[in-house]
Amino acid sequence: MHPTFHRSANTVARLSIYGAVFVLAGLAWVAVTVGRSSYVTEAGIARRQPVPFSHKHHVSDDGIDCRYCHATVETSAFAGMPSTATCMNCHSQIWSDSPVLEPVRASYRTGEPLRWTRVHNLPGFVYFDHSIHVNKGVGCSTCHGRVDQMPLTYQVASLQMEWCVECHQNPAAYVRPREQVFDMSWRTDRQDEQGAQLVKDYKIKDTHTLTSCSTCHR
Amino acid sequence: MTKARRRLSGLILCAACVALSSACVQKMASQPHERPLQASAFFADGQSARPRVFGTVPSGYTRNNARVEPPQSFDPDAQDLPFPLTREVLERGRARFDIYCAVCHARTGEGDGMIVRRGFSRPPSYHTERLRQAPLGHFFDVETNGYGAMPRYDAQLSVDDRWSIAAYIRALQLSRDATLDDVPADKRAELQSGGQTK
Ligand code: HEC
Ligand code: HEC
Ligand code: HEC
Ligand code: HEC
Ligand code: HEC
Ligand code: HEC
Repeated sequence: MHPTFHRSANTVARLSIYGAVFVLAGLAWVAVTVGRSSYVTEAGIARRQPVPFSHKHHVSDDGIDCRYCHATVETSAFAGMPSTATCMNCHSQIWSDSPVLEPVRASYRTGEPLRWTRVHNLPGFVYFDHSIHVNKGVGCSTCHGRVDQMPLTYQVASLQMEWCVECHQNPAAYVRPREQVFDMSWRTDRQDEQGAQLVKDYKIKDTHTLTSCSTCHR
Repeated sequence: MTKARRRLSGLILCAACVALSSACVQKMASQPHERPLQASAFFADGQSARPRVFGTVPSGYTRNNARVEPPQSFDPDAQDLPFPLTREVLERGRARFDIYCAVCHARTGEGDGMIVRRGFSRPPSYHTERLRQAPLGHFFDVETNGYGAMPRYDAQLSVDDRWSIAAYIRALQLSRDATLDDVPADKRAELQSGGQTK
């Protein structure tokens, strides 16, 4: 009887079975990479804002402290956003007839707030609190990167769960002395010894508590 | 109805259920609550944050501010703080001064801060005779209500912080003509040996 399949069909069949493993692994890799990429997390993408506000100018060039504008970052969950009146503290005189700042002046005249586009946006089922992080020695730049060098603000971290948990598993690798939290260029060569000591000094909670689901999903 | 038909309609029903249930996506990520300062279509002014009603005290306010703010009840001629002066008060005052005031007044109080160098009108130095004689309440008044070209800071600074800054300004002024006799005896040696300035 004439065979239905050619002899080589055996090899093809075997190859495609083994090959499938690699194809599936490859697909999984692509899925994970895309999931972590800035395409999904939107990290690294500067937002269009009603006024082209530059942290680089205000923080690096003019030496304004984060808290001048984000006044509640030490005391509440929300970092706080500057009111139009806060901008006008200086811009009543500086660049006071620049067209770039017209939306700010218009907002001041009418009382209609400026509508900044959010850069960071955690999903509603995640609880985050600035004050605890800032008071336990996690610096702004650890999570937000060198904001002081950004002409337009963008997100640096992925803000995915694995990113939060990585630090919650081992905060000693990231914490710094409280006094340095607002120092954007802070770095140290002695994180190994210093970190562990700070975790003790600041009585930072144990890994078990910090990684339990109800800490962030409450 | 034949058996096959019944089976078919069962199948269609199942498919319809699946299709319908997948159509109602649960949006857990955007839940029906407003985040701070989020825009809202609910209120006429388009804001979810409600302005403070005059004469009310926000909940939790007394916890953060030992003294609740009564509108305008301080004395601009007050010579003293409404609370005891401690090292912590001065250190808090310095920290807040460096954040909110030094951009214009400079850390020394000379009045040549960065924003002034960028074109803002120059404030008077704190070390002029008039301001050295000014009562503590005057600094609190300026911080609370503004003064000429100087913006008001009552929105950014709590009552306690404003008094702490006033106390720190006085310390800055006194530091100008302090003599060795003003330094505690046990610290003099440190100073004379050129000890670190902080
Ligand atoms: C002069 C006022 C001012 C100062 C000083 C300032 N910021 Fe901002 N910040 C803003 C404004 C306005 C926005 C909103 C526009 C934008 O996103 O760029 C903002 C946005 C941000 C955001 C993004 C918020 C979001 O939408 O997710 C971060 C993060 C941030 N600032 C961090 C900092 C840090 C860290 C510092 C100190 C190094 C700082 N800022 C100092 C005014 C200021
Ligand atoms: C403490 C003073 C101060 C405050 C508060 C302040 N600015 Fe500025 N801003 C400046 C100075 C000084 C410049 C000039 C920049 C330079 O030349 O370094 C400037 C420049 C700008 C410019 C021109 C473009 C640029 O970056 O050079 C924009 C736009 C601007 N500010 C927006 C804002 C907004 C919006 C706010 C409120 C969130 C704000 N500023 C609050 C001091 C301030
Ligand atoms: C542990 C990481 C972490 C640290 C440290 C941190 N931030 Fe954030 N920040 C975040 C996250 C996450 C968000 C987004 C919050 C959300 O979407 O609800 C955020 C949001 C913000 C916003 C937008 C307003 C808000 O609260 O949602 C500002 C402004 C901001 N951060 C400023 C700062 C400043 C200034 C510092 C330093 C004092 C700082 N952050 C330190 C993680 C951090
Ligand atoms: C760089 C380190 C770091 C990162 C990144 C970080 N955290 Fe934390 N987190 C800490 C530390 C340190 C504490 C303080 C623990 C304590 O209370 O002693 C903390 C505390 C918390 C708490 C308060 C726990 C309590 O019991 O009050 C919450 C909630 C939290 N983090 C959520 C988050 C979320 C959500 C993210 C990601 C968006 C995140 N954290 C990212 C270091 C970090
Ligand atoms: C340190 C904070 C933190 C802890 C602890 C934590 N999560 Fe999360 N979780 C997050 C953040 C942040 C996100 C949002 C991630 C995103 O937007 O991509 C998230 C998202 C999720 C999601 C949704 C995933 C998705 O793709 O939308 C699930 C499910 C979840 N977490 C389950 C858990 C469980 C179960 C635990 C306990 C083992 C846990 N989480 C502990 C911070 C945390
Ligand atoms: C944006 C720049 C700016 C900032 C920030 C600023 N000031 Fe001033 N300040 C001025 C100017 C300008 C004057 C002069 C006002 C005038 O005479 O019209 C002034 C004047 C003063 C005076 C003298 C009033 C008098 O009797 O002559 C005091 C006291 C003072 N400021 C305190 C403060 C304190 C405290 C802070 C911080 C909470 C502060 N200022 C922040 C610009 C500023």
